Amino acid sequence: MSIIDLSENGLRHLNETLQSQAQGTNQQDWEIINPRGSHAIAVGLDAPINVTVSGSTGYYCGGMNKQASITVKGSVGPGVAENMMSGIVVVEGDASQYAGATGRGGMLVVRGNAASRCGISMKGIDIVVEGNIGHMSAFMAQRGNLVVLGDAGEALGDSLYEARLYVRGSVKSLGADCIEKEMRPEHLAQLAELLERAGTDADPASFRRYGSARQLYHFNVDNASAY
Amino acid sequence: MTDKPSKPPRTEPVQSATFTPAVNAEIRRAAATGIYDIRGGGTKRSVPHFDDLLFLGASISRYPLEGYREKCATNVTLGTRFAKKPIELDIPITIAGMSFGALSGQAKEALGRGATAAGTSTTTGDGGMTEEERGHSQLLVYQYLPSRYGMNPDDLRRCDAIEVVVGQGAKPGGGGMLLGQKISDRVAGMRDLPAGIDQRSACRHPDWTGPDDLEIKILELREITGWEKPIYVKVGGARPYFDTALAVKSGADVVVLDGMQGGTAATQDVFIEHVGIPILGCIRPAVQALQDLGMHRKVQLIVSGGIRNGADVAKALALGADAVSIGTAALIAIGDNDPRWEDDYQKLGTTAGAYDDWHEGMDPAGITTQDPKLAARLDPVIAGRQLANYLKVLTLEAQTIARACGKSHVHNLEPEDLCALTIEAAAMARVPLAGTDWIPGKGF
Repeated sequence: MSIIDLSENGLRHLNETLQSQAQGTNQQDWEIINPRGSHAIAVGLDAPINVTVSGSTGYYCGGMNKQASITVKGSVGPGVAENMMSGIVVVEGDASQYAGATGRGGMLVVRGNAASRCGISMKGIDIVVEGNIGHMSAFMAQRGNLVVLGDAGEALGDSLYEARLYVRGSVKSLGADCIEKEMRPEHLAQLAELLERAGTDADPASFRRYGSARQLYHFNVDNASAY
Repeated sequence: MTDKPSKPPRTEPVQSATFTPAVNAEIRRAAATGIYDIRGGGTKRSVPHFDDLLFLGASISRYPLEGYREKCATNVTLGTRFAKKPIELDIPITIAGMSFGALSGQAKEALGRGATAAGTSTTTGDGGMTEEERGHSQLLVYQYLPSRYGMNPDDLRRCDAIEVVVGQGAKPGGGGMLLGQKISDRVAGMRDLPAGIDQRSACRHPDWTGPDDLEIKILELREITGWEKPIYVKVGGARPYFDTALAVKSGADVVVLDGMQGGTAATQDVFIEHVGIPILGCIRPAVQALQDLGMHRKVQLIVSGGIRNGADVAKALALGADAVSIGTAALIAIGDNDPRWEDDYQKLGTTAGAYDDWHEGMDPAGITTQDPKLAARLDPVIAGRQLANYLKVLTLEAQTIARACGKSHVHNLEPEDLCALTIEAAAMARVPLAGTDWIPGKGF
């Protein structure tokens, strides 16, 4: 385990060091101490390394991650794992706004709650939130899966495309063109796989599935009141 | 004897200046369809523009440089504030962001070829980076847009500069819609969306709001790319003083300011014509903001929107810009709206020069389309050469004017070299009305 003290070494040194790790590196385990809410921690990584952030972070922790496994032992600010390509980011605490925004792959796990706009414009990422999520989550979500063990706030899945939403708790309201859909066996199997990969214990049968009604896929003036 | 009464004189038919035939036709079209008009391009209305400015040239108190003999440099460096690798351009004219999706792959390749031959940069658009443009663009600016279609860290690292797009002149505050006709399998794949559906491009970024957030976003982008790339912030012409100041505050290396003449691939006509301000009214406030912050020439300013010839280039630089950007003019240079396709334009119910239904994907010139047959009409090698020629002419024209004003570099042009033909232009450009020393708003 290599330790980087962010308070001593600075952000540039931290990211440069982690970004320079090669594919077959023996130095696989890293711990970042004293993050103190700093922004852009462990961004742009592209190697199969394990990074533990011991403390809470600011904006964009794990942004654009590829391959790396990042665990935050604390809470994260806005935009955690934004535009992630692959790998996994686990937040042991809560996540602020835009968690997993525009993510294109990999998995984001939030053990606590996620604030508003969780999974906004997601493009293939899988997101598992063990607590609740805020309003306008999965807004314009394109691909991927959002799993919520708790409750969802207002306007879930507004203007949704092909992303799948699984919610165990209540949904305050659905956004435009988002509807509840039948939970078929293939969805139960997919949900079970997602929960297992996230290390989350829950019964897939206790969830409800939501997705796009696909009524807004082509602009139609008769739908103007929905926009 | 009385004359036989003749027919009394009648009032001549008078067309309303408010309800013109064009206005009435649009009302009838709206009544018939129930939907607003969507089109490409920038404003078509007449607004105060560079034509309303004139250069004074040399006189007894100023001496000119010899044309064709004495040097007048045109190079510009962009991104000197923070980037480890600023961009060096041979000419102060760049190619504006236009997306693959809106444009064909051949058109993107042509823009890359032309820009590279002329020693300047081209720019991606909403839809990600294609091999056509990366492969043929020596200098490629990668746009970071609200939709984030195709966004990935590898392309961020292989571009030469990053442009965070906050807005554009044709539609400050607006997003976009790429209609299903243009969503081929390839376009859809790059955008992580199903083929054939209308694709909405968001109007604001999904993971930041306001200048304080933008500063952190720029930090993240710099950290991902090792602080190598110049980072531009592009805004539509609306509140140029404050937007420029906030972009500088947020850490931009370059501010890109796009007036309402700047084009779009597809937006509501009412948006294009009624939101945003002309580029002429943008430049001086933006330069003032840079000067107030002590950042003029340290943070570079690129302006765009209606640049057509070297005089426009020279006037923009004289008002304080470091470079200009062209989009519509570049498309025309490679063949857009060319009269050679008049028969096809007629079949579409329009005419060369007026064709603006770019969103429908039926462009006879093969530029704003994803139809393989139409796209094949554009030879990217020939079109690239046309663009390079055009850029060369713009540069020569700007140099000609700069020499006439006694400048050994086009950046040495200054407001003092200009006067205005109209009060409006004088007020916007903050130069005197021709033959006077009067600048409206500047006292006596």
